[in-house]
Amino acid sequence: MKEHDLRFAKFLLLVNGGVPLLLLGWDACRHKLGANPVNFAIHTTGMLALVFLLLTLLVTPLRKITGLNWLIFSRRTLGLYAFFYASLHFLIFFSLDRSFSVSGTLSEMLKRKYLFVGLTGLLVMVPLALTSTNAMIKRLGGKRWRALHRLAYVAALAGVIHYYMQVKADVRQPLAFAAVLALLLGYRLVASLRQPGSQPVAPTAKPKN
Amino acid sequence: MIGREQDYPSASPCQCRDCAAPTRGGKSRLTHTGRLLGLDRRAQNEPEQERGRQCPGHLKSEMSHQLKEPDKIPAGEITDPAVYFNRRAFMRAGIVAASAVLTGLVYRRLNRVATGTIDTPPLQGLTKPVATSAETAGFRAADQETSLQDITHYNNFYEFSTDKEGVADAAAKFQTNGWQVSVEGLAQKPGVFDLDDLRKISPPEERVYRMRCVEAWSMVIPWAGFSLSKLLDRVQPLSAAKYVAFETLLDPKRLPGQQSGVLDWPYIEGLRMDEAMHPLTLLASGIYGRALPPQDGAPIRLVVPWKYGFKGIKSIVKIKLVATQPRTTWSLQAPHEYGFYANVNPKVDHPRWSQATEQRIGESGRRPTLMFNGYAEQVAGLYTGMDLRANF
Repeated sequence: MKEHDLRFAKFLLLVNGGVPLLLLGWDACRHKLGANPVNFAIHTTGMLALVFLLLTLLVTPLRKITGLNWLIFSRRTLGLYAFFYASLHFLIFFSLDRSFSVSGTLSEMLKRKYLFVGLTGLLVMVPLALTSTNAMIKRLGGKRWRALHRLAYVAALAGVIHYYMQVKADVRQPLAFAAVLALLLGYRLVASLRQPGSQPVAPTAKPKN
Repeated sequence: MIGREQDYPSASPCQCRDCAAPTRGGKSRLTHTGRLLGLDRRAQNEPEQERGRQCPGHLKSEMSHQLKEPDKIPAGEITDPAVYFNRRAFMRAGIVAASAVLTGLVYRRLNRVATGTIDTPPLQGLTKPVATSAETAGFRAADQETSLQDITHYNNFYEFSTDKEGVADAAAKFQTNGWQVSVEGLAQKPGVFDLDDLRKISPPEERVYRMRCVEAWSMVIPWAGFSLSKLLDRVQPLSAAKYVAFETLLDPKRLPGQQSGVLDWPYIEGLRMDEAMHPLTLLASGIYGRALPPQDGAPIRLVVPWKYGFKGIKSIVKIKLVATQPRTTWSLQAPHEYGFYANVNPKVDHPRWSQATEQRIGESGRRPTLMFNGYAEQVAGLYTGMDLRANF
């Protein structure tokens, strides 16, 4: 794939990742988020974070299976969107549900296991987002960067467990997420057992376009 | 055109080696979007070193070299580079737009918000009792009523869907013709009542009750119905009857949610006899002066305003007077999370979330949850000396 096509693909991904946010904002402005808008926004942003986390983890297996190495272009954007929607998920909870009460949010977070697990998933993504730049990849070096970014697995696990834990009875959807995650992590496990030396790739730091 | 300005139109100076014209500052004047959409000539040619610094016009003529003598190509046959690159930009803009629309449609499909109107018939002979005592004071909550739209499009009714926003749609075609309620068990005069029989027991009264869901949200609902005690009086319970057990219709064809194993079907609930006989305990057949729409439990449901919403069993077909505490759906599903009593209590949290506050539907921010959902004055006496933490 040519450089300019890749840049276009990145742009395409950037636009599409933002579409749900735009629609959510648009619906919120028109009071079209249903009877419980805050809950709707929290739920939607949480789902989006999970979807983007799983998409991020899908890149490497897909790349290896298809041999389409250029797919790696999408990983950073997908990962950053996952972090973005997870942060938004938390911020809406903090502002509109907890009314900006730091103590109220913290005490809930510590008391409720599912909130604690969710918060863990979010916090784990912070260093990943911070080290997502080319400069940070260079500074850390491929090996350390790869090791650090395995935290993405922890974030996805935390996200899925967090979702599973807060559902009342109908666990079909969280289980579907768990099944996809199991597949994605299972692929990596099998791959590493078959080829003990193989490592997930770190994107090579490229000069800024 | 997306790029504001281009540096390659045939008339303007070009940077390619075949053009003698000097470069014009060298820096692209394209917008970033324009570059991404493919308007940037250099971005496209750079990776292919062999073409080097060639402008599209020259590129075109060079490629044609093998086919025709360049001077034999009529000038009009050569695609104007501006057109050539506009086509690419146009296509890319199309891809961006089409993909965004597709993403938007997927989002909409997965995040549907319930809409729709309620057209159930108005109830005949609805009365609005005036508060005359402490007990009847509970009949009309002074709170702002929740809109009919919200009451009918945000429902927990797993027999139709586990998605609160999806129940109204899933329940729209539910038919209640020929509905019967069997009142049986430990009674002198058990019987089967159709909706007309029930209407004859008492004309519907409007009761404005707060409704507190165990999920920590709440509504204020103008129900229509009559006290359950009036029906129970009719069948004359035996003194051995200590509890009342309720059952929802079991019909997986009409209640498609019952095809899944999310809960044990049919939905069952129960009350202690004194709770069932309390004047606040309502057998409801309407809201906002109209017949109950399917998503809210048509044609007849239970409302116990000082208990969490899941005690208000919907679409009732059986009421049984029994001697021992009946089993209830949610306490079977998760015994440590949902008890038999399920009285609204801000001091006893759900194991997974706080019950101290609630999101009143239609309000912003949370409000504190009241003991017995604000009906302590009317019902606290039922639980004197009882450990409400143990009997949650």
